[in-house]
Formats: sequence, C-alpha cells, structure tokens
Amino acid sequence: METILTINNLTKKFGALTAVKDLSFTIEKGNVYGLLGPNGSGKSTTLGIVLNVVNKTSGDFHWFDGNVSTHDALKKVGAIIERPNFYPYMSAIQNLRLVCKIKEVKTNKIEESLRLVGLWDRRDSNFSTYSLGMKQRLAIASALLNDPEILILDEPTNGLDPQGIHQIREIIKKIAAGGTTILLASHLLDEVEKVCSHVVILRKGEKLYSGRVDQMVASHGFFELKASDPKALESILENSGYFTNIQTENGLIRAFLKEPLEANSLNEMMFQKGIVLSHLVKRQASLEEQFLTLTNKQTV
Amino acid sequence: MIRLLEIEAIKLWNSKISRVLIISYFALLISIALISAIKFDIGPIEFHLADQGIFNFPYIWHFNSYVAALFKLFLAIVIVSMMSNEYSNKTLKQNLIDGLSKKEFVLSKFLTVVVFAGVSTVFIFVVSMILGLAFSDYDEIGIIFSDLEFLIAFFVKLMGFFSFCLFLGVLVKRSAFALGFLILWQVFEGILYLFIRSRSDSSLAEGISRFFPLDSMSNLIKEPFTRLGAVKSVASQLGEELARDYAVHWYEILIVLAWTFAFVYFSYLLLKKRDL
Repeated sequence: METILTINNLTKKFGALTAVKDLSFTIEKGNVYGLLGPNGSGKSTTLGIVLNVVNKTSGDFHWFDGNVSTHDALKKVGAIIERPNFYPYMSAIQNLRLVCKIKEVKTNKIEESLRLVGLWDRRDSNFSTYSLGMKQRLAIASALLNDPEILILDEPTNGLDPQGIHQIREIIKKIAAGGTTILLASHLLDEVEKVCSHVVILRKGEKLYSGRVDQMVASHGFFELKASDPKALESILENSGYFTNIQTENGLIRAFLKEPLEANSLNEMMFQKGIVLSHLVKRQASLEEQFLTLTNKQTV
Repeated sequence: MIRLLEIEAIKLWNSKISRVLIISYFALLISIALISAIKFDIGPIEFHLADQGIFNFPYIWHFNSYVAALFKLFLAIVIVSMMSNEYSNKTLKQNLIDGLSKKEFVLSKFLTVVVFAGVSTVFIFVVSMILGLAFSDYDEIGIIFSDLEFLIAFFVKLMGFFSFCLFLGVLVKRSAFALGFLILWQVFEGILYLFIRSRSDSSLAEGISRFFPLDSMSNLIKEPFTRLGAVKSVASQLGEELARDYAVHWYEILIVLAWTFAFVYFSYLLLKKRDL
C-alpha cells in the first residue's frame, strides 16, 4: 500500500515541557485516520511539525516516498489547523486565487469547491464578514483546491454551533466517500467514530495505540438485559462463566463477554433456566468506552 | 520568481490601505515637478526657484534623488505592515501550510522591496529627465548623463531601508510597534554617535557611525543644498568656504548592501527558528 506520511521517533520540547515524545506512525493511502487525544496531548503540535510551521526537536518525518521537500509535498496536501486564517480584506474568491498561486495549481476548481461547501453565493464578500462556520467552510474549500492526496483537519468543528458541526461533518463524509485519505484530529470521540477507520491515540505526547478502530480493544461486545427478576438473572449470568463483568444500572444489566456468544443462544439459555427477558441487545463497546479502557489500562 | 511577485501583488493590491499609500507615494514622486512652479513676485523681487539652477544637469540627479528619498516613509508603512500583518492575521502560518517555503516567503517580500526601489528609481529618472530638459542651462549629452551614480545610490538606499523595515516587521510582528521601533532606532544611533564623540573626537565618531544601518543609508546621498551655486556664493560673501565631499563612494554603497543582505538573512533566520 502507498504510504503518505511516515513519522519516526518524533520529539518536540517546549522548554521543560515535552509536547510530543518519541512518536512514530504511518499514514496509508485511502484510509480515514483519527488522531485522538485529550486537549494538550500533542495532536496540534504533531500536525504543526509535519506541516512545516513548528520545528521538531528530534526524530524525523517524510511525506510520500521521502523524495520531495516538505514544502513541495504540502502542495499536494490540504490542511486546516485550528482557526481558519485568511486575508480579512480579501473576498473568498481572491483568497482562493492566492492559495492556487501558492500551490501552483490552476484556478478552475475554485467554483466547484466553493459550491461544495455552500459559499458560492457569498464568494465576493470579504472574509472579515464571514461567521465562524463560514470561515471554517472556506478553509475546507481552500484545502480542496489542489485535489489533495490527503486532507488534514485539526478540530474542524471546534467552536461551531450544532448546525455548523453538522454541515462540516456532512462535508467530511462527502470527501471521505470520494476516496480521499483523511487525517482528522479531535478530542471528540463520537466525531472520530463516525468517520474514521483507523485511529492513533495520544496521551501526554505519547502514542497509546495506532491501528484499526475495531481492533483497538480485543472485545467480544456486551449484552444489555432486563427481566422481571433482575436478582435471579444476575446470579445466573455470574454462574454461566461467559462474562467478565456484570454491572447493574437503573434496572438495566450490562454483561461483558469473555468469549463469543450470540444473542439467540443467550436467550435460549435464559429461557431454559426459567427467565423471560424483557430486553435483550447485543452491542460492541463504543469508541469512548474503548478509549477509556485503553487509557485506564496504560495508567495502571 | 514571477510567481513570488504575483503572490505578493495579490496580497498588496487587494488591500485598500496599501493601494492608497502606494499610489500616493508615486504621486508624491511626480509632485517633485511642482517645485518648478514655486515663484515669488513680491514687488521688485522676482524669484523663480526653477531658474536658480536646481534643475541643472547633472546637479538635478543629486537634488531629486535626495528630495525623493524623503518620501520613502510612505512605503515604509506599507512594507512594515505587509510583513507584520502576516503575523497578526496568522496568514503566514496558512501560507506555509499551503506549501510556500520559508525561504520563498522571505524572498517574495524582498523581491517586492526590490521592485518598489526599482520603480521609484525609474520614476525619479524620468521626472528628473523631463524637468532637466525643460529647465537646465546645460543640455550636452555628456553632462546630462554624468553623475548618474546618485540614482544607483538612491536605489541602494531605498532597498536597504525597506529591507530594514521588513526585518523590523518580522522582529516586532506588530506594524505600529515596528514603526515606533524604527524611530527609536534612529534616536538610538544619534545617542550612540554623541556618546562616542563625548568619549573621543568627532572624526572617530563619524568613522564609526557611518557603519550604523540608518546612518550609512543617509550618508549615501548627502544634502545637496550647500552645493547649489546660489547658496555657495552667499556663503563665500560671508567668508565661509563650503567645500564638502558630495560624491557617492563605492564603500558607502557596499556598507548599505551588506546591511541589506544582513536584514534579509536575519529575517529568514528568525522565521526559521520560530514556532508558529
């Protein structure tokens, strides 16, 4: 598979603080990556380094096959980090023309990308008159001008209202559906869960995990159960030997599986033991639950 | 190179303030021609400035390049803000992310400065030529095209001064503070000169101060007024002999070129070292 970005033992220190510590991972073409971590975990610093705006302390990284300079590689990358930055006294069109000039691409994609983000009608308004959501959308339009090999988004929905968040997510999904590689940095787990196939998880500048989302925690899922006699249900579950952990919350029992078990087998088993279930759902752990499991494991 | 200039042109020309300042600057350069219109008719005394020899070749090259250099502050504002606004709008960061290298960024600013200095020089050449042809008492080709080193000095002076402005823009990151710093620097050079003179003598102080950035630039073109025939004759009547060295010296140009290089290089180093 074609590699887009390779990071080897990257470290960045700000004085005594180590923002990124010995970080290594690779980005392969065609996947949608989430860069996850709480605020201050080094996500933006890592992106800043590979985007040529922050100087690394040690380690190295290279784009594509490593034969192009970073600034030339960036012409094939679309990136939005933190707040959208444009010339406030210039209109959307003028700003995008400038970006085309810098990226050395033709200006023919300006209309298409402005239409995609829904800003074509406001193309001649000055950037300073835009709302935050519109600015963010213009940033996405500008990142798409060069048909990027990879789109990098750093907290793209930060500070937006629910409608703005929805619009941005729809746009990201549309782009992902087109086969563009995406690297999405976020501390919002559900956001990453909705679009990403792979994740890199950082905490305090260190990598906790990188790989597929569904292989993050070896887990067989869990059952949510309800019955008229919860006490009896609980004791049967405990004695069955299938479960590692059983929790009760507001009358809803959550039983975490130790080994694979289908819902119909469980139902049959309960019925034989004389318990009629009023509620039975088999679920996979959400990314949030997996993330917490993973971070807890590492802390211990 | 053309691409870098185009990038800068888009940034500058779409800003209303810089557009107004640039246009007024070049309008002011042309307005030097208006000096020719200065005329006093007070009873028996009739005074027409243009007839006093200030437009005589080759003196006009000296006079006009000196006067025109006074207007450079207009462009200094544009240049300081075109650099510091990149910081305050955070567009520098965006430019780098979009694939401009730090070297290209500094180069695009420096090339713009060179173009400004070049166009100013061409303007002064044309305006002086027209004024000279209209008013000069001498019009032999050999005389017209003598002393053209003042134009070279003018170009180098502007380029050096604007590079200094660029550097201040990078260093201070705020246009108002950078302009304040420029004035402060001028004062600082003056104080340093006085300090050295108080410790030793004026010839040593001058010897050292001509290596200061702003001093070296102002030394390139000395004031032309005492060179004027009319002023000279008045002075000699008062028993004062005005014998100054007005010429442009190669080592003076070299000093300013060295500063220009230093400012551009330091701007690049600063940019390279900083995290955005």
